[in-house]
Amino acid sequence: MTKIITIGGIVKTPGSSKANETGAWRSMKPIVDASKCKACWICNRLCPDTSIHKGDKTIIIDYSHCKGCGICAQECPFKAITMEQEEK
Amino acid sequence: MARTVLKANNATAHAARLARVDVIPAFPITPSTLFPEQISTFVANGEMDCQFVPMESEHSAMSAAIGASATGVRTCTATASQGLALMHEMLFIASGMRLPIVMVVGNRALSAPINIWGDHSDTMAERDTGWMQFYAEKNQEALDLTLMAFKIGEDNRVLLPAMIGMDAFALTHTMEVLDMPEQQDVDAFLPKYNPTHCFLDPARPMSIGTFASPEYYMEFKLAQELAMERASKVIESVFSDFEKRFGRKYSKASGYKTEDAEIILMTIGSMTGTARAAIDEMRKEGIKAGLLKLTVYRPFPAEELYYLVKNAKALAVIERAYSYGSSGPVFTDICAAFQRKEKKPTLLNYIIGLGGRDILVSDFKSITSKAQETVKTGKPQEKSEWINVDQEAVERGEKQ
Repeated sequence: MTKIITIGGIVKTPGSSKANETGAWRSMKPIVDASKCKACWICNRLCPDTSIHKGDKTIIIDYSHCKGCGICAQECPFKAITMEQEEK
Repeated sequence: MARTVLKANNATAHAARLARVDVIPAFPITPSTLFPEQISTFVANGEMDCQFVPMESEHSAMSAAIGASATGVRTCTATASQGLALMHEMLFIASGMRLPIVMVVGNRALSAPINIWGDHSDTMAERDTGWMQFYAEKNQEALDLTLMAFKIGEDNRVLLPAMIGMDAFALTHTMEVLDMPEQQDVDAFLPKYNPTHCFLDPARPMSIGTFASPEYYMEFKLAQELAMERASKVIESVFSDFEKRFGRKYSKASGYKTEDAEIILMTIGSMTGTARAAIDEMRKEGIKAGLLKLTVYRPFPAEELYYLVKNAKALAVIERAYSYGSSGPVFTDICAAFQRKEKKPTLLNYIIGLGGRDILVSDFKSITSKAQETVKTGKPQEKSEWINVDQEAVERGEKQ
């Protein structure tokens, strides 16, 4: 890809952070147990990387961008999310 | 053009009014408090269509200025000393995002010990933040340089923020007769800021304040340096445009009786007037002394300075700031700029007037005779010399 340095690092294409996949930074991976999830969407609201999306009955985690901070697992009142060591 | 009498704080506030600045976030600090006071008066009286935002700190004031400028409107603020130091982190962000904010700084000493009087420690400590720096000798210059800073910074070839230094009290609180430009003349000189790189338009969304990994970061920094180099040319053309329209001549560095001078004194800011009086007295006594005033410090006008001093025997760089463990900051710039030149004057460094200590005609005369002595003996200066300072008092204190 040809390098382009815009003035002040301004990106004229909106939503460009989607292209920057930060999921590779993760060492701990959140896993949802759909049988415990009540679809309360607390994790969806609290995810600092907007990597938890609302599904039909449970959440869908965007592993391409989730950095594995674990806030979702910490905040889930139903203990539906657990953090697992990620091995690559 | 109307003649009026104003302090530099008020004169620069008038410059912001004439420039039709859209947003001014500020936090008051001595000696620049009169600037936001004057702006709030203009806004309250309906004399200025501007969003004046009283902030809770200088860090917030610069953050708000960055936010405002990023929407694409003309933005200005003022601060001094500790306030400028508190802004430090945000100064890099303003220049890195290429936002042409203009900031008026009432040059004042830094704590500790607490001191509200004039020196250049505050702005000199910010010389590496990517801001252009201008220093005023008098109130008229503070007004004019503020107006010109908008035009220079907003130029598409530049897009950099600028700070205007005006010495605490000697300028900020001293009344001076000056010419107030007419609004229609300023409008013709300085059209509305119309950026193409960074603005707020829902129809054309953009991401600002972005992230750059090691593969990209260095190019952004090089872009800033290239903008500084282009600023050097833009400053010249704006200075000359201003002279044509308003009749006042500005130079990045200007010489006074330097053509045949053996000893040249270099000054910044309000002490220049005192130095000029000293030169006149010394010339009457047959001493071949000249004066070099630095108006633009960043970008550093190395070639212009060299051209003015190359035939002198000695150049005495006189500074109201110090880099502890080294020398005066301007002296290091001069040494770096002249090291590639074969023929150059003996370079000398004198530190004076820290924390508002008076700078007298006799000080410039004594510096000149020290420089003459160095030239005569050929013995180089071992280190920067502090003028008018009681070293014995320091030594007595250390023995206690």
